[in-house]
Amino acid sequence: MEMWLGYMQLILHGAWITIQLTVYGCAFALAVAILAGLGRISPYAPVRWISVGYIEFFRGTSIFVQLFWIYYVLPLMGFTLSPMQAGVLALGLNVGAYGAEVVRSAIQAVDEGQKEAAVAVNLTGYQTMRHVILPQAFVIMLPTFGNNAIELLKGTAIVSLISLSDMTFQAQVVRAQTGNTAIPFITILVLYFAIASVISFAVRSLEKRLTRGLDGVRA
Amino acid sequence: MEWDWQFVWEILPTLAEGAKITIVATVLGYLLAVTLGLVFAMMRRSHNRLISRPIGGFVEFVRGTPLLVQLYFLFYILPEAGITLGPLVAGVIGLGLHYATYTSEVYRAGIDNVPRGQWEAAKACNLSYRQTWRHVVLPQAIMPVIPALANYLIAMFKETPLLSAITVLELMNQARSIANYNYRYVEPITLVGVFFLVISIVAVIGVKYLERRFGSYGKRGRAAT
Repeated sequence: MEMWLGYMQLILHGAWITIQLTVYGCAFALAVAILAGLGRISPYAPVRWISVGYIEFFRGTSIFVQLFWIYYVLPLMGFTLSPMQAGVLALGLNVGAYGAEVVRSAIQAVDEGQKEAAVAVNLTGYQTMRHVILPQAFVIMLPTFGNNAIELLKGTAIVSLISLSDMTFQAQVVRAQTGNTAIPFITILVLYFAIASVISFAVRSLEKRLTRGLDGVRA
Repeated sequence: MEWDWQFVWEILPTLAEGAKITIVATVLGYLLAVTLGLVFAMMRRSHNRLISRPIGGFVEFVRGTPLLVQLYFLFYILPEAGITLGPLVAGVIGLGLHYATYTSEVYRAGIDNVPRGQWEAAKACNLSYRQTWRHVVLPQAIMPVIPALANYLIAMFKETPLLSAITVLELMNQARSIANYNYRYVEPITLVGVFFLVISIVAVIGVKYLERRFGSYGKRGRAAT
């Protein structure tokens, strides 16, 4: 029993790494998604090209390949990253590329009249985005962002392959040391599902909060 | 760090071997995903709660947990229960099962979009439950969601490198063993990236075509109902 308590601690320690990766990854992905999503619809052609290039590249290659490339090839170019940094970078850039398309489509889904009204009351481009378009677009983005966050959580499992001791890695350690496979793997499956449930609950609550009072405004 | 073309030519045949396995795993996994997904979607619609509830729970659970862990589960735990699967078989089942939960949601959206009137009309014509599904609901439900289903083919293709973790010798695994053996990472891993990028771009063009072809299926006739 005592033995299992120790192993449980090991897995919980891994869970903490997984949560850190998820939180940092999501924060980074969100920033990248907004930047690339706005860049995608920028009036300046070069900005648009760079955004499209980034989005298509990271959506078109596997997250797995990206992670290995960042971890093994970048050091040869002089950027050495810790596994944690490589993990956050790969996850953030990958999920951010998916998120950028969400940002773009949400901004385009905001009613045209809103933009015209902003012009009519003489708002600058920045003000229009910041106070009129983005608050409305953000509500549209939220449910998909929730799904993306869960995808990112599931993606964190692959960092165990670049020797970062996340939950999956620790489960492998426990398996190797005890010879028991069922207990560690069922435990982490349940933990992953629990974290995913927390994310989807949080996103739904946030959505409820942000849509309060918007019912009459939105089509 | 420089790019060595000679090395590229040397490793290309080995990578091609891996690419073959990657494609086989994708195709078989996808066939499993589209069939099983439809079964899940129909079972979730069942009037019997003893069928719809557990399937619903299972789908949510599989969608909320990482594919990598599920692969480990299939590969390491099932043998303890007396079922030993080869790495590729375990990988295909893992991919198929994981993506079946995604395709089942796509089918569900498609089925929900079939107007109630169609079900009622089928009843009025005295079609059996099976006939209603087979001849009335499914054809109308599946056609419009073909592009969405194809998107999951691309997504699944990009997840196949995970199979290397359960020792399947697919593309990524071959690239890693070449890299570790020669201590050169740049060429093998970049080539794998290029391979995925090229196929994905071609596939995306294919999906655009499917969207034009099937995306608006039935929309014209439906406006009146």
